[in-house]
Order: sequence, then structure tokens, then C-alpha cells
Amino acid sequence: MHPRRQKRLIAVVLVISLLASAIGAMLYALQQNIDLFYTPSQLVDGLGKDKIKPQVGQRLRIGGMVVNGSVTRDPDSLKVSFDLVDTGPIVRVTYEGILPDLFREGQGIVAQGVLIDATTIAASEVLAKHDEEYMPPEVAEALKGIKHVPPSQQGAANATSTEGRY
Amino acid sequence: MIVEAGQLALTFAFALSLLLSTVPLYGSFTANQRLLLLAKPLAFGLFIFSAVAMAALIYAFCTSDFTVINVAQNSSSTLPWYYQITASFGSHEGSMLLWVLMLCGWTALVAQFSKALPLLLQGRILGILGLISAGFIAFSLFMSNPFARSLPFYPVEGRDLNPLLQDFGMIMHPPTLYMGYVGFAVAFAFAIAALMGGRFDSVWARWVRPWALAAWLFLTLGIMLGSWWAYNELGWGGWWFWDPVENASFMPWLAGTALIHSLAVTEKRGTFKSWTVLLALSAFALSLVGAFLVRSGVLVSVHSFATDPGRGLYLLAFLLVVIGGSLLLYGSRMNSVRSQARYQLFSREMLLWGNNIFLLTACLIVFLGTLFPLFHKELGLGSISIGEPFFNQMFYYLTIPFALLLGLGPWVRWKQQQVMPLIRPLAMVAVAALIVSLGVLASMQSVQANLALLGMLLGAWVGISALAEVMLRLRQFGSISKGITKLNASHYGMTLAHIGFAVLVIGVAMTKTYTTERDVRMQQGDVATVADYEFTLTEVYELNGPNYGGQAAELDVRKDGQFVTHLHAEKRFYRIQRTIMTESAVHARLSRDLYVSLGEELPGDAWALRIHVKPFVRWIWLGGVLMALGALLALCDKRYRRKQTQREPGAEHA
Repeated sequence: MHPRRQKRLIAVVLVISLLASAIGAMLYALQQNIDLFYTPSQLVDGLGKDKIKPQVGQRLRIGGMVVNGSVTRDPDSLKVSFDLVDTGPIVRVTYEGILPDLFREGQGIVAQGVLIDATTIAASEVLAKHDEEYMPPEVAEALKGIKHVPPSQQGAANATSTEGRY
Repeated sequence: MIVEAGQLALTFAFALSLLLSTVPLYGSFTANQRLLLLAKPLAFGLFIFSAVAMAALIYAFCTSDFTVINVAQNSSSTLPWYYQITASFGSHEGSMLLWVLMLCGWTALVAQFSKALPLLLQGRILGILGLISAGFIAFSLFMSNPFARSLPFYPVEGRDLNPLLQDFGMIMHPPTLYMGYVGFAVAFAFAIAALMGGRFDSVWARWVRPWALAAWLFLTLGIMLGSWWAYNELGWGGWWFWDPVENASFMPWLAGTALIHSLAVTEKRGTFKSWTVLLALSAFALSLVGAFLVRSGVLVSVHSFATDPGRGLYLLAFLLVVIGGSLLLYGSRMNSVRSQARYQLFSREMLLWGNNIFLLTACLIVFLGTLFPLFHKELGLGSISIGEPFFNQMFYYLTIPFALLLGLGPWVRWKQQQVMPLIRPLAMVAVAALIVSLGVLASMQSVQANLALLGMLLGAWVGISALAEVMLRLRQFGSISKGITKLNASHYGMTLAHIGFAVLVIGVAMTKTYTTERDVRMQQGDVATVADYEFTLTEVYELNGPNYGGQAAELDVRKDGQFVTHLHAEKRFYRIQRTIMTESAVHARLSRDLYVSLGEELPGDAWALRIHVKPFVRWIWLGGVLMALGALLALCDKRYRRKQTQREPGAEHA
């Protein structure tokens, strides 16, 4: 082969192998970092057609409404726990740290954490959106059929909000 | 009245953009010079009318005209005047108008500074920019009219600006970011115009380069400002969250970085032509993807605008037309373009190619990580989220070879480089990097095999190598003092930007490794010790601001018994929007930040406080600023201002 071509070939092979390994590593890392989203009823009853339940120790996200009166705080530390609900089953979330500014009872939140037993999650992060009418879309989906009308949309249930957020 | 004038101005702008997108392009195909000459005045007219529209909107905000829906929903009469102005682009509608104004501004700039371009090319470039403007102005006019009224029933008081947006960072962040996003439209238009004419050479690359650099400059600054704003306003002490909308701005940045490097090869060596064109197309396409992600509501994040399926559909259609059309044109024209220049395996061309590969891999990772959850959900596989660890892990792997190559790159000659002459200087750089990074870490008494050591080594390697390389070039002019004025500005720009990258890498690695975070429960008088700093909560009291109330905490910070600083953290409650906002207290030094944010009130007169000590976090933003300054320096290069260039491509030496 022509020496210049040979060099080109080496370069191309090098790059292709580099790309392949990069994509391989990427997909592997992606697989390790996917967190499935559950609502409390999906967590208890299982997800999808096959009703797959998460295993204890699995990392996941849970979204639901905070049950009124369920928030209990440890008096000496920042440990806190609360219940989440969507359409029936209740799941307990424990957390240590500062809850987001908009965390309130009766409001929709999303927690990221690890399942420690069938209905308890140790959260590493609690997210509440800067909007008192916010409901995680997945929870809104699960609550479909059950009437939930945000305060400002009463009368125009399907009106679209045009509020700006960054 | 003024509002209607604004609406009218926007309509005129739409008409002008339609003319601009048809007349010069038609003229370019029928060789009609008179039509081509119309492009410039049309571009100026477009800019003037869109500026009038924006001014009218700002007027409506400043006079608190609540009959305008947009004003009523995003402003209030108690809002300070400067936030009333910024509220005009705080909402989806307003920010879209700002986007349009920026686009028309770039178009007018191209019209002004394209005297050196052949008339045909000028007409085509402005025509394509007009086409893009027409798409966005139509979107603004018909899908999200910022001037819509709610007569006859209107509120007496507005709903106020989202408190998150009431911050200095927010005044600067969107305009800068949009300047960057939209700026890539210019490079895109140049690429399309060149595809139409089939002319790609060094001269073309020299024309595009300053525009791509300018767009990249703004985008870099915009992203940095956004990161800084999030750090101050979100109260989590983070500076990058891999949030979908952050990613949406990061993708065009990565493609744009690849573009400015690839353009260097096309300008100096006349190769990589089709590659450069593809990058110019994708940088703008990714900006559009970003706009789609933010405004369509397919992804939920702290940033995204409220959702409206119609808008998303329009943007998706626009995106598909732009990407599809440009790729079709690219596919049909590009196979005739051949690059003649030859280069060896070890040459600057190959290294810059490597740079592009790494940047695009990074871009692909961000793209995948951002959109994978979306596809997963649409395919009915359930909702998922992709955690920060994925991005962090991938970027560790990528940064190592990238930084190693980056330290090497500037030393290597075009075409062909012998290995032997580089061994001595680079070995010296490597030794210096080792000494500096070990020295710094030893002075902090923490020499360990960890991320900080790796980051310091890579950063020192890149930074020292860039400095040493510039010294070598200066010495080649005889002496350093003689060389300082002779070396061209773009070389200094490159060096500065590379040092910026080094600073950024060091900042990220040090902050990631040595940040100490504690969430504590404190009563008045309590002391919390975080990383040798003693934080004393001296007082918590009620706040009373113009449109907010809340609480403020005062803290004294001591280290080894010595008073360091006084911190003032606030937790604001905005009355109209009924939202709570954290104003964190930051004491910044080059070597570390002290960061305190006030959390919730706890039973028993106690408060939750988040206390962080973050070493080197300033370096992250400093690095970004240095990169932007580097781009600015490169823009000042004399060769971009030469009227006409008759020199042969490739005659110049780097």
C-alpha cells in the first residue's frame, strides 16, 4: 500500500476504535445512571404492564403530593420525613437536609433517593418547583380522572398558563 | 397607543423580513444587481422596526400598562424600575421579541461590515438571515404576541416578575446568551450562501471567522453569567446542574468551539472545508434545538417557559425545515468540494481534528443525556431521569485526553511536525506542571491521588504549555520585547483562551474535591464549624423590601479566632407571586468562597442553614471570562479588517 494511504488508514482505524470505545463507555455509564420515575401507587403496585416492582436498594425518583400533616421533624437535627400520595397508596420519604423553599404540605414534589423497604425511600434530594400550582407531570398524569384544578385555573380548567420561567 | 405602535412596528418588520428573504435571493439567481443592492437597506429597516417594537414593549412595562396581558402577568407597579425593564424579556413572549431584535441586530451588523464581500454573496447572506428572521418574527406575531391586550377586562395590579429573575445576573444573562445563540445564525448564513455559490476557500473562512468568534464570545459569557446567577440565586451552592436548559446552551457552545477551531484550519490550510460547513450548520441547528427544548415544554426544568403545544409544534416544524433544508443543500453540493492540502499524521491539522472529535463527542453525550429521557418516555418505556453522575463521569474521561492534546496542540506545525524537537520543551513543561501542581497542593497540605491532583496537573500542563509556547514564538522574532508587538492578536487570543480553559479545569477539580458542605440547625448564638471556619449566627430578623418581606440572618465568620467577615443571608417572600426566594451570602476570594444560605424556620426558634466552603470556585467563572477575553483579542486581529485580500491561501504562517 502507498505509505500515505497506510497512514490515513491507521488514523481512521484509530479514530473508529476510539469512537467505538467512547460510545461503549457512554452507554455503560448511561445504563448505570438511569433512574426510573415512580408514583406512590406505581411503587406499591408495580410499573408498566408487567407490574415490575423496584428492588430494595434501587435508586429511583418518586413524585407525589405531600400528605397534609405528615411532615415530622427531628427536634435536634435536620432529619425530616413525610408521606407522599397520588391515588391511594402512601409512601414514606426520609430526608436529612434543607427542604426546598417551596416545599409545603399538599403540594407536589419529586424526591430522588434509594428504596430502603417496600414503601420507604431515603431521599438524597427533594425538588419542588418554584410554583405553588406545580405538579410533577407524571403525577398529573396519574391523577387524571381525579379532579385537580389549580387555584388560578378554576373556571378555565384547560387554559394555558403563560407565566415565564427561566 | 404606544403598544399598538409596537405591534405595527413588528408587523412592518415582518413585511421587511419577507422582502429581505426573497428579493436579494431572487436577484442573486437572476444576476440582477439592483435587487441585490436592496439587501442592505432592507436589513437596516428590519433592525429599526424590531428595535421600535422592543422599545414599545419596554415602554408598556415601565408605565405598568396592565391592559397588556404580558405586562400584567410579569410585572407589577411595586417592581423597581430596572426590573420592570428586564421583565420585558422575562416572559416567553418578551424573550422571543428580544431574540428577534438580536437576530435583526446581527443582520444589520453583517450589512454594515460586509463591504469587502462580493455583492452576490452579501445579498445571499442577508437574504438567508432575513428568512430566519421571518420565521421568528412570524412566531412572535402569530403564536406569542407580546402586545396582546386583555381589554375590556384588565387587572388593576400585575402578577409581578418571577422573583428568581429579580437579580443583576438576570439582567445580563438572557441578552448575552441570546446574542450568542443567534450569532451562530450569521455563520449559518455564510455557510448556506457559500453552498449556493460553491465557493469555499481561505478567504471565505477568513470572512466567517470573526462572526463565529463573536457569537462564541457572547455564548461563553452568557453561559458563565447563567452559572454565576444560579450559584447566587438558587441557594444550592451549585454552579452547574446538567439541567436540560443548561445543556441546551452547552451543546451549541461545544459545536461552536469545534467550529472556531475547524475554521482556523480552513483559513490557514484550505482543508476541512466540508467539515467546517457542517459545523457551522450544526452550531446554529443546536441553538434552534435549544430554543425548541426551552419553549416547547417537552422537558421540565427550572428554566423552561410555560408550555403550549402549538408553539412547540411551530418551533419543531421550523427546526425541521432549517435543518432538513440545509442538510439537503449540503448533501447535494458538498461532494464536489475537494481539499487539496496534504498533511502528515503528526501535524496541527490532525491535532485540531482530534480537538473536533472530542468536542463533538462531548456534544453527543450532552445531547444523548438530555434527550434520552424524552425518547424513553415517548416510546412508552416510562419516565426516567439521567443523573448528574452520568455527565460528570463522561466529562472526566473526555477532559483527560482533551487537555493532554490541548497542551500539545499549539507547539505542532501545520502539515508535518518532527517529534524530536518537541521532546525537550514539552518535557520541561511537564516537569514544571508537576512541580507547580504538587507545590500548590502541598501548600494546602493535601497531596493525594484524587481528582484535585489530576485537575491541577492537567490545568498546569495546559496553562504552562500555552505560556511557554507564546514565549517561544516571541523569541523567534529576535527578542521577547521585539516580538510582543509583532505576534498577531489572534495568537494572543488563542493563548489566553487556552489559559482560561486551564483555569476552568483547575477550578472545577478543586471545587469538586475540596468543597465542604453542611446543612445545620442553628439557634441565635450557635456556632457551626465548617472547614476550619467558625460561623456564628448572631441575629435573625424580619425584612421589609419594596415588593417582598421575609427574614435575614447575620453571621460572623472567624478562623483560628481571627475575624474573617460578616455575612448577610436573606430569605425573601415575594408578596404578589407568593413565592420564597433565597438570597445567599457569599464572601468571595480567589482561593475560596464562603457561602451561606438561609433555609426554613424550624420549631424551637431555630433555623436551617446551608453552609459551604468552596475552594477555587471563582476560578470556574474566571476561566470562562478568560476564554471570552481570548475571543475578544482574536477578534481585534488586524487581518479581519483588511479591505480586500489578494493573498494566496496558505501563504500565511501561523
